[in-house]
Amino acid sequence: MTVRVALFATCLGDTLFPETCKAVLRLLERLGCEVDFPLSQTCCGQMHFNTGYRDETVPLARRLGESFAGYDAVVAPSGSCAAMVRDIYPKLLDSDLPGRMYELSEFLVDVLGVTDVGAYFPHRVTYHPTCHSLRMLGVGERPLKLLRAVRGLDLVELPAAESCCGFGGTFALKNSETSTAMLGDKMRYVLDTGAEVLTAGDNSCLMHIGGGLSRLRAGVRTVHLADILASTEEEPWLATR
Amino acid sequence: MARNPVTWLGVPAFPEAAHEALADSQLRRNLRHATHTIRDKRTRVVSEVPDWEELRRAGEVIKDDVLANLDTYLERLEAAVTARGGVVHWARDAAEANEIVLRLVREAGTDEVVKVKSMATAEIGLNEALEAGGVTAVETDLAELIVQLGHDRPSHILVPAIHRNRAEIRDIFRREMPGAPADLPAEPRALAEAARKHLRQKFLTAKVAVSGANFAVADTGSIMVVESEGNGRMCLTLPETLITVMGLEKLVPSWRDLEVFLQLLPRSSTAERMNPYTSVWTGVTPGDGPREFHLVLLDNGRTQTLADPVGRQALRCIRCSACLNVCPVYERTGGQAYGSVYPGPIGAILTPQLVADPHDKQAASLPYASSLCGACFEVCPVRIDIPEVLTHLRAKTVAAKPKTSPEKLAMTALGKVFHDPRKYEAAQKAGSLARYLVPGGKITKLPWPGSLWTDSRDAPLPARESFRTWWRNNRG
Repeated sequence: MTVRVALFATCLGDTLFPETCKAVLRLLERLGCEVDFPLSQTCCGQMHFNTGYRDETVPLARRLGESFAGYDAVVAPSGSCAAMVRDIYPKLLDSDLPGRMYELSEFLVDVLGVTDVGAYFPHRVTYHPTCHSLRMLGVGERPLKLLRAVRGLDLVELPAAESCCGFGGTFALKNSETSTAMLGDKMRYVLDTGAEVLTAGDNSCLMHIGGGLSRLRAGVRTVHLADILASTEEEPWLATR
Repeated sequence: MARNPVTWLGVPAFPEAAHEALADSQLRRNLRHATHTIRDKRTRVVSEVPDWEELRRAGEVIKDDVLANLDTYLERLEAAVTARGGVVHWARDAAEANEIVLRLVREAGTDEVVKVKSMATAEIGLNEALEAGGVTAVETDLAELIVQLGHDRPSHILVPAIHRNRAEIRDIFRREMPGAPADLPAEPRALAEAARKHLRQKFLTAKVAVSGANFAVADTGSIMVVESEGNGRMCLTLPETLITVMGLEKLVPSWRDLEVFLQLLPRSSTAERMNPYTSVWTGVTPGDGPREFHLVLLDNGRTQTLADPVGRQALRCIRCSACLNVCPVYERTGGQAYGSVYPGPIGAILTPQLVADPHDKQAASLPYASSLCGACFEVCPVRIDIPEVLTHLRAKTVAAKPKTSPEKLAMTALGKVFHDPRKYEAAQKAGSLARYLVPGGKITKLPWPGSLWTDSRDAPLPARESFRTWWRNNRG
C-alpha cells in the first residue's frame, strides 16, 4: 500500500531553502512514497502566533488544513512548524490536520519504519536538537539514529546541545542582543567539536547559527538533516548555499 | 490608584535593561557558573525520584483545585487561624498590606523588625514602606542581607545575590555592616560568620518578626516556611509578635498535600533531597513562641490573574526558581533586567499579570523576553506551561497596541500575503530579485529593522527559484 504523502515545504523552506524541499522529495520517493505538493499551502502562522497575532493566525491555520485535506500524512522538514500544527492548532480551531502532521525524522522512523535510508555523506557532522523538535515534539533519538546509519558520516557530540541557539522567530529581532549572546555560546560549542557540518531538523535555527558562523568565516556549514539523508554516492549533496 | 510596586520604578523595557547586563562579562560568568551548577545538580537529584512525573501531575492538580475553590479554602484557613488564636487581615493591594504591617509594628511598640526572606513582602515593597514610617526592617537571609546592605536589587528568587561574587560581598560588609572587621577576608566561612554575629544581635532584641509563607494548610490554619540557614527559625520563634504576609494562592487544602510539595520544592529549587529547615506554626501557643500571630492575606493582582483561564496557571508557582536556572535568556541577562522581584520565565508571566496594565511598556516587554525554547516548562514542578502563557500575554499586548503601529501594519500585511498563494508567490519572485542587487549570495548589512539581524548575523537571500515555482515547472 502506498501512503499518500503531502510535503509541507514551510514558508521558510519554500522561499529560502528550496534545495531542502527537493531533498525531502528525493528521499521520500527513493523510499517508495508517492509525494504531492499542494500549491495552495503557504505558512503555518507560527510567527504570527508566537508574536501575539492570533487573529491573523487562525485563517492561515484554516488554509493549511484545507490544503492538506485528503492526504494520509503530511511531512515537514521542520520540527518547529510541525509542532505549531500539532501542539498549537488544537487550541485554535477544530481540524484533523494535527493528527496527520509529521516532522521528517518521525515520519521516516515511525511511519516508514526505516533508520538506514541508504545515504552517503563523508563529513564530520554535529547535531543540534532544535528546541521545538526536542521539547514540543519529543523526536528524541530519531535524528541521531538516522545519522548514525549514514555511510561515511562521522558524528560528533555537540556540548550543551539542548540549549537554545537564540533564534526564537521575532525574538531574534525584538531581543537582538540577548539572541546574539545565546548564538555566541552555541557557535563556540559548534567550533569546539571540530565538525565541518552542523545539522538540525530546522532550517530556521540553522539559518540563525549559520548566519553567525558565516559572519565569523568559520568554515563550518549548516546543512539540514534532509539534505544529508538525501545525499548518496550517485547523487551527492552539493554546497549550494 | 497608586502604582503597583511589583515592578521597579524607572526600569526600562527588557531589551534596554538587558543591554548593560549583556556587556558585563563578570556578571555573565557569575551567572553562567551558578545556573549551570544548580541545573546539573537538579537533574541528578530529580532523576533519583522514580515517580517524578506523577508528583508533578499531583502538584498541578492540587494547586488547580486550590485555585478553582480559592474562596472556600481561604475561608476555611481564616476560621482555622482565628480558632487557634491568630488574627487574619485581608489586603487588596500593596498599600493596604503595608499599612496593616506598619500599624501592627507600631502597636507592638518597636521601630525595628527582623525578616525572614519573603517574596510577598519584596513584591509589595514592605521594607521601603516601613522605612517611610520610621521602622527599620532587617533582612536575616544571608543573600537578602547582602542585597539590602549593598542598596542593591535582587536578581534571583532563591539566591537574590547570585550576581555578586565574594570579593564584592566582602566590600559591602566592610562598608555597611556595623562591627564588621576591617580585615575581613573574602572567604565564604568568614563572610557567613560576620553575618551571623551581626544578625544574632538583631534576633535577640527584635520584638517583631515579619515572614512570608511557602504553604498554608487550610484545614488546620498551619503556616509553613522552608529555608536553609536557620535564620528563619530564629525569626519565627524568638520575637513576641509574628506577622506573616502571604499571597492568597499559597494554600494547600490539607496536611496530606504537603507531602507532594515537600518533595517537589527542595529538589527543584536548591537541588536538595530534603529541605534543611522546615518550620510550621499554628496560631499561638501560650508559653511557646510568639504571643501574637497576624496573617496578612495579600491579593495585589491575584484575583484578576485568577480570572484569566490561561494566565491563572502562573498562580500554581511555588517559587522554586528552577525555571530561572534553565532559562537561556536569564543565564545571559541576570534577573535585574526583568525589573521586578520575579525575574526569569515565571517573572515574565507573573509580573505583567500582577501589574495588569496593558499600556505599561516595561511589563509588556517581559513576555517577549523568551525564545520560547520550552526549557522552563520542562523543569517546572507544578507543570506551568510558561510558553503557553507567554504567547497568551503577547496576544494581550498586541490587542492593546494601536492599529497604526508599524509592527501591526507589517504583520497584518504579511498575513494577507500568506493567505493568498498568488500574492505569496509574487512576493517570493520580487524577493528573489534581491539576488541581482546583492553580490556574494548573502546579506551582510540591512537598514533598520533588518539591522537587528545583520548586526551580528549574515542573512540568506531568497532562492532564485522558490520550491513552488520549481514544482510547478517540473512536476505540476
